[in-house]
Amino acid sequence: MANSAVGVIFSNVHDENIPELSRHRTMASIPYGGRYRLIDFSLSNMVNAGITTVGVVTKYNYQSLLDHLGSGKDWDLARKDGGIILLPPYSDETDAPYTNRLEALKGITGFLTHRNEDYVVISDCDGIARIDYAAILAYHEEKNADITMVYHEEEGPVDSGYFMTLTPDEEGRITGLKINPKLKAKAKSNVYINIMVIKREFLINIIQDAMTRGLSSFGKDILSKNVDTLKIYGFRYEGYYAGIDSLQKYYQHSMELLQKDVRDALFGARDIYTKVRDSAPSKYMDGAKVSNSLISDGCVIEGTVENCILFRGVKVGKGSVVKNSIVMQDTVIGSGAQLDCVITDKNVVVRDRRHLAGCAELPYFIAKGRML
Amino acid sequence: MQRKKECVAMLLAGGQGSRLYALTNNIAKPAVSFGGKYRIIDFPLSNCINSGIDTVGVLTQYEPLVLNEYIGNGQPWDLDRSFGGVHILSPYQAKKKSSWFEGTANAIYQNMAFMKKYNPDYVLILSGDHIYKMDYAAMLKAHKATGADCTIAAIEVPMKEASRFGILNTNEDGSIYQFEEKPKQPKSNLASMGIYIFTASKLFKYLTEDDENPASSKDFGKDVLPAMLNAGEKMFSYRFEGYWKDVGTISSLWEANMDLLGEEPNFDVNDPDWKIHSRNPLAPPEYIGEKAVTGNSLISLGCEVEGTVINSVLSSNVVVEEGAEVIDSVLMAGTVVKKGAKVIYSIVDENTVIEEGAVVGEDKEKNAGIAVLGRNITIGAGAKVAAGQILDKDYKGE
Repeated sequence: MANSAVGVIFSNVHDENIPELSRHRTMASIPYGGRYRLIDFSLSNMVNAGITTVGVVTKYNYQSLLDHLGSGKDWDLARKDGGIILLPPYSDETDAPYTNRLEALKGITGFLTHRNEDYVVISDCDGIARIDYAAILAYHEEKNADITMVYHEEEGPVDSGYFMTLTPDEEGRITGLKINPKLKAKAKSNVYINIMVIKREFLINIIQDAMTRGLSSFGKDILSKNVDTLKIYGFRYEGYYAGIDSLQKYYQHSMELLQKDVRDALFGARDIYTKVRDSAPSKYMDGAKVSNSLISDGCVIEGTVENCILFRGVKVGKGSVVKNSIVMQDTVIGSGAQLDCVITDKNVVVRDRRHLAGCAELPYFIAKGRML
Repeated sequence: MQRKKECVAMLLAGGQGSRLYALTNNIAKPAVSFGGKYRIIDFPLSNCINSGIDTVGVLTQYEPLVLNEYIGNGQPWDLDRSFGGVHILSPYQAKKKSSWFEGTANAIYQNMAFMKKYNPDYVLILSGDHIYKMDYAAMLKAHKATGADCTIAAIEVPMKEASRFGILNTNEDGSIYQFEEKPKQPKSNLASMGIYIFTASKLFKYLTEDDENPASSKDFGKDVLPAMLNAGEKMFSYRFEGYWKDVGTISSLWEANMDLLGEEPNFDVNDPDWKIHSRNPLAPPEYIGEKAVTGNSLISLGCEVEGTVINSVLSSNVVVEEGAEVIDSVLMAGTVVKKGAKVIYSIVDENTVIEEGAVVGEDKEKNAGIAVLGRNITIGAGAKVAAGQILDKDYKGE
């Protein structure tokens, strides 16, 4: 059943929410959890549901994404038929590249038309979760829905610049759909987590119809307007979900990985795939003090590391104390330095005896390749 | 023009590794775990690809299942090629006869057709029992420069150990005048590393002759190399100066793992100029808990460490619970050391569980030997495994 679905992942959505990390990369290729990129989660969910063809829609800044995905072999998606198919903007002299989701979908109608799967699973990549997409597809078929939208119950206001809340009836059919509503503190709401199942041919029809009528917003013009006429169902996801819509949220959710239940929820089954780098196991020297931290391969630790996430190939020198920080790939921290609540992007150099500190609400961010 | 490969490598991976006891009960020696995330065969395979040799025949015979699965299509080593790449060569039934590989030379002889398919000028013979980083391209260059028919890589070993090796007695220019297999009174300490480059036509000639000789034991060291030398072929040694370790025994396997530790390790696997490729575990970064104590150790992806790990090498997905101690030990993938258990001066194979309060091994200083636990076994709560003991079945204690 699942192999009757094709995946589509939007790699550039909501980049503006987290400009620090998306300045040189897509939302999809933002590093996460020590050795992953955000796209690894939605991509792995698709692969684990038996989906073998995934179109990745990109618009700009996608060099890091290309580098990460390669041929797709690390996700077992180097296939003769299908596999990972990158979908950069398609435009001729009369069009500019797309500016909204409907135009983006129009740009991939060629891809959608040439597939023969019955369904399309559409996902963004700013949400971290391990979701059984096969169950969503089964639900979609069982309800004979036009569209199935996945939601997660959240408490209080949502920070994201653009979001939807859903009101399902007893059968799960969506009877109300609001875009960017004002939410009260502590009020519970069903927030759409940007994962949708839709019949492929139905999607193609919607796109063509929208184009001829000059519509521009998938949320407003298609979903919200037709909530009574279309059979839109909600799939309630109850597991761990982390929406990344600001640097602060990025920091907060990353730190949640230090909790065992969160790690077990995401990684317990050992089926989140990522690009492999052939780094050696990490080296803990005499005098290294490591506690409550996630450490990736290729690190060399001589100092103190507390409540941290270290990506691949990080070096922490003698006498350095790194606390509550996220240290990305190949960052080198000299000796006698002190870092607290810091996020370093890739390839940062922190020289000896530097003191850097932020706070949990406002972590101190150091851009890629900087030397301090 | 016929497509060809200048040099084809043949990797002898059939060794039973009987001196590794419980560690090779169900797997061939080259598939034994090493250094956290590696298997022994990663080293020769990585050396091949790093030396520009992309055609490798891997000769298997003993318990090949794990090895075959591990090598797969060779993609982790960049050895999945449409022409060349890595190929598993197991004994097969031929029209005239069928037989197991009878010796190292016979194994290569039986796969002559594989080598000839690539029409090579040179053949590199390797074994899957050693940990080292070596540029075979430099050795090939030397082979061409001397115009040798056979070049043997050689390393100086301590004189007192020389009688364990095949010893090369050489002239000043490096040419070999005598080859002695495990001599009682060695004349030199220049040991053969079991790495040979042959000019292909000579190899094929001598393998065929060797096969026809009923008195031969079909072994490179004992038969083929002496035969070539006696016939006056040009044979040269190629000096290798670097780390090279035969990990054929429990103690050498343990030592080689320990050689990866320290600020200036004897052997550095984290070398960006000579990457050791391997099939990577599918696991998240390792988690080091609040009360964990770690010192001078290698810890791999997917480990969960809440206890103490000192002077040890942990493969992927090892669990060390709170209050547990792992000291001077090598733990292979998926091992679980439960609360309050101790593992001291030991090697523990994959997926073995050491229950609460059990004690495996004894302090290294007591010189009582390395304790070894085989794979997929359980050591019962509170049980005690003595130093030097080797177990391959569940053990509940006395």
